[in-house]
Amino acid sequence: MTTGTAPSTRQRGTSMSETAPDRFGLPGTPIFDGETSRRGLRMNKLFMSLRTAENRERFLADEAAYCQGFGLTPEQQQAVLDRDWQAMIDLGGSIFYVYKLAMMDGRSMQYLGGVFTGMGEEDFLAAMRAGGRRDG
Amino acid sequence: MADVIWGLATSHVPSIGAAMDRGKTEDPNWKALFDGYAPARAWLAEHRPDVAIVVYNDHANGIDLDFVPTFGLGTAEQYEVADEGFGRRPVPDVVGHPELALHLVQSLVDEEFDLTVFQELHVDHGFTVPLSVWTPDPGDAWPCPVIPLLVNVIQYPQPTAARCYALGRALGRAIRSYPGDLTVGVLGTGGMSHQLAGARAGFINPEFDAWWMEAIHSDPAALAALSREELIRQAGAEGIELIMWLVMRGALDDEITKVHSDYFVPASNTAAGIALFDNRSGQPG
Ligand SMILES: [Fe+2]
Repeated sequence: MTTGTAPSTRQRGTSMSETAPDRFGLPGTPIFDGETSRRGLRMNKLFMSLRTAENRERFLADEAAYCQGFGLTPEQQQAVLDRDWQAMIDLGGSIFYVYKLAMMDGRSMQYLGGVFTGMGEEDFLAAMRAGGRRDG
Repeated sequence: MADVIWGLATSHVPSIGAAMDRGKTEDPNWKALFDGYAPARAWLAEHRPDVAIVVYNDHANGIDLDFVPTFGLGTAEQYEVADEGFGRRPVPDVVGHPELALHLVQSLVDEEFDLTVFQELHVDHGFTVPLSVWTPDPGDAWPCPVIPLLVNVIQYPQPTAARCYALGRALGRAIRSYPGDLTVGVLGTGGMSHQLAGARAGFINPEFDAWWMEAIHSDPAALAALSREELIRQAGAEGIELIMWLVMRGALDDEITKVHSDYFVPASNTAAGIALFDNRSGQPG
């Protein structure tokens, strides 16, 4: 039995925050590859450390010192201090790791979706509840 | 010998577990998802295996980016439920099955699938949410011992869809060659279409998901032929984790009986799918 080939998707236009590496030329689609992971390793390790309450307290007591302790680059440290979520992704953050910091701040994945798309949380959530966003 | 009696494909979105843990399954935003689970749960409750294997990925909880094993298998006697940041889910720790797990490692490595072996592992939502989809009220213990089979889906290059399907087929052979008498359920987890980061965040592709849902039953080879690029284009950057369904599917027979499937949007930013297959040949569903 065969069910044919995958249905085709339309190509979408270029989008606003397209600064992340673009391995497949898919607009607005950051690919967390080995090179990205290498650049982001120290920052991602910081995010992972925020799983424990003790580390969250230490982080909140002096965020800059905590970033320095993990060996972040100045750009990464600034992105973390500014809660510049797009910059964290661009500088090597994995969304699953960046999300640890967002959770600590009480931010949801829908909030982050609102940031990455420029739609804002409310519109993003409404778009998801309406069936999600499409290409094209 | 051991027999695979069923295969269950299910999304493992953390918010599905959170909705259960917080008693929100009747909430209008969630009710249809959980109603869609009911027929599968009822059937599974009548068909408890001796051991289950959960094919899943970790999300920065049990392992970090120091090590990125492409495939891994747990041989521990017990797996603690991970604290992902704000307390662990109120679900039981997981009892493993070292005897079957060690047999699987031996058999798979002999077949040249060189898995990483885990003797200690904290299991996160990628593992516990599928168990909750199967068993909403486990009480003090899950229905049976469970073996984790990890797949790297979060750092490119992920294993190819074809390799996942081939691993599943080898897994099926490994299970059938176990000297003891055991029944086994295999869970393939993750998906369906979704993307979390980038300007394309929130992407959902119901046409692709519908095609995938049909083909996982009747034409898995067509799915195994998809490239990473095609998967990311069609299912979203994180939707590529659907390749884990192919490990489950490979462990089943070519001819299987669908018991139930359902599809729901959105679970957080994700299209949630469930598909349950009876693998007992010649038996009515
Ligand atoms: Fe996942």
